[in-house]
Amino acid sequence: MALLEIDKITKRFGTNTVLDDVSLTVDAGEIIAVIGRSGSGKSTMLRCINGLEPIQGGRITVDGMQVNDKATDLRKLRQQVGIVFQSYNLFPHLSVSRNITLAPTLIKGITEAEGREIAREVLQRVGLEEKLDAYPDQLSGGQQQRVAIARSLAMRPKLMLFDEITSALDPELTGEVLKVLEDMAKSGMTMILVTHEMGFARRFGSRLVFMHEGRIREEGPAAATLAEPRTQELETFLGAVLH
Amino acid sequence: MIREFGWVDVLYLVFAMRWTLALTATAFIGGGLIGLVIAVLRVSRVWPLQAIAVLYVQAIQGTPLLVLLFVFFFGLSIVGLPVLPWIAAALAFSIYAGAFLGEIWRGALDAIPKTQWEAGSALGLGFGEQLRHVIMPQAIRMAIPPTVGFLVQLIKNTSLAATIGFVELTREGQLTTASTFQPFAVYLTVAFLYFLTCFPLTQWSRHLERRSYGPA
Repeated sequence: MALLEIDKITKRFGTNTVLDDVSLTVDAGEIIAVIGRSGSGKSTMLRCINGLEPIQGGRITVDGMQVNDKATDLRKLRQQVGIVFQSYNLFPHLSVSRNITLAPTLIKGITEAEGREIAREVLQRVGLEEKLDAYPDQLSGGQQQRVAIARSLAMRPKLMLFDEITSALDPELTGEVLKVLEDMAKSGMTMILVTHEMGFARRFGSRLVFMHEGRIREEGPAAATLAEPRTQELETFLGAVLH
Repeated sequence: MIREFGWVDVLYLVFAMRWTLALTATAFIGGGLIGLVIAVLRVSRVWPLQAIAVLYVQAIQGTPLLVLLFVFFFGLSIVGLPVLPWIAAALAFSIYAGAFLGEIWRGALDAIPKTQWEAGSALGLGFGEQLRHVIMPQAIRMAIPPTVGFLVQLIKNTSLAATIGFVELTREGQLTTASTFQPFAVYLTVAFLYFLTCFPLTQWSRHLERRSYGPA
């Protein structure tokens, strides 16, 4: 069974339809790169997957749990699905360690000491073990984003969503974040990335999804699709971002 | 019998000060509890609860404090409770402080970016957990200066309790005036005592205000 099934979903903000009949199936271990113009609905799709945005039609199932169902425990769902935002959204009043341990201690009922071990481990994965007791303000943007990734990883999710996580970073800082993504890709994590990093999509994406005006316009193996787009819209889009 | 306004009277005024402070403290604690509930209702995502909070704040902020005081003072007897100025004042001032503190604290909670709630949500935290662990600790920092500012208002406003015969600083001043016929000297002393209490708080509040805009 697929890890994620998006089945004909519709999302409207008022009368504005942002997602229109979108379907996507993701198997465990896949890395999906979602590209498209701003306003094409790619970020909204990610937010729907972990229930941050309600949908008006269709169905989303993650690991057998239906997202848009009142009976579903969103708390449980969000342990399975991690999301990292463009603006990091670390908690500025908490240390790096506490940023990471807050949710596991509250939700999984582990002790602060156990949490700290987990924090150490996930920070190691993003190469920031020495920042355990730093505060977000003391870190660079790239470091903050890596902590945000570590914070998500601490919940041991099965699926990670990344919403343009390098877009707010200076070019020289995107490399360190992409490196973390690469390591996660190699470790077999299932990931969906909304991204403008075409190089990353080509090298690590198992599949590419191109969104246009609230619909999935084109979908296929990442490298091949980027090399030879089938639709005029994707060709135009790639022409605009690659030059 | 008319006598001179002397040191003994000043001492009496200073002692009366403790009732001013007691009323302030009671109202601040009572109002703080009400205010906390009001602020949380305002940021809850349940509209009837929000409406209740808005109604409360609007009703109290749209009523003169003096009238509120009279309503409680004269209203207590109607519902069969003993008319004690202390009780009436404590109730009226708590309810009054609750509306203002609720509004101040709601403002502080609202000032925390929505993305902080969202980050909590995305990690699976519930509304209460987001509020307690993510939003409130950040909001408190922002809320302290205006809260201290309101406390100063509260201290001064307790003087209104003199009108229902609650013997705090201002009422003691009226009594002293009645026996000395030296209103100017007496009220100048009263004013000075209020100033002595409020001035350090105002300074502290200013200090806090500067701090919250500086580097962390």
